[in-house]
Amino acid sequence: MEDDRVFKALADPTRRMLLDLLFQRDGQTLKELQVEIDMTRFGVMKHLRILENVGLVVSKRSGREKLHFLNPVPIRAIHDRWIDKYSEHRLSALGALKRELERKG
Amino acid sequence: MSDTKAVQVFRIVIKASAQAIWEAITKPEWTERYGYGGRVAYDLVSDGRFSHGASPEMKSFGLPDEIIVGKVIESDPPRKLVQTWHPLFDPATTAEPHTRLTYEITEHDGVCTVTITHDATNAPKVATMVSGGGDPQQGGGGWPWILSDLKSLLETGKRMAGS
Repeated sequence: MEDDRVFKALADPTRRMLLDLLFQRDGQTLKELQVEIDMTRFGVMKHLRILENVGLVVSKRSGREKLHFLNPVPIRAIHDRWIDKYSEHRLSALGALKRELERKG
Repeated sequence: MSDTKAVQVFRIVIKASAQAIWEAITKPEWTERYGYGGRVAYDLVSDGRFSHGASPEMKSFGLPDEIIVGKVIESDPPRKLVQTWHPLFDPATTAEPHTRLTYEITEHDGVCTVTITHDATNAPKVATMVSGGGDPQQGGGGWPWILSDLKSLLETGKRMAGS
């Protein structure tokens, strides 16, 4: 199941950090990403490959460089499948409760 | 949210033939059935005209007949389509320069990978609009939402639930 693989890929803090780095600045090289993460180039490469395999990252060649892009499509799918369906109502109810309690407190 | 990058990449895997996906992108009888609807008109030759027409619902909100226009740069059916893309439905994005859109379709083992590369250099409002960070029902779904809907339609014959 596609979702399983995406959730497993997201379960690792280094991989989430890589996605955050690409969210801040899209289209980075392995070298640029490695500077931000305290890990060997091989380690970063391994994590990037996992993210690429599940479609969270797409790499494109640009001249001699390989640029990595965040692909928001699988995250959108998870949002539509899980967050929207179960939580939006409850989250907004909790938000209203929090505001109400803070107003009283 | 950080600044939206000029070049954005969107990818989805669809269980359909490259030809079916190509037609879903370039034929009006398909484009009116997913995403935000509306019928496209493509002259699939170099320098050919592209337009995306408003759906009846959009017209009822007062949008122009053509909501997006552009020119075909490269057409290699059913694998690659490069075109310019310029929205006309909102003054803020219309004021920005034309952007460049590339569709790439690669078929492998009965499934296709569809990659959209949208180069919105010097068009930050277009970049934000297509990135899909907003509510799909308010028109903020961007490419992630349109591609997900296309996948649902081609794989199941139906659009995504609730859309």
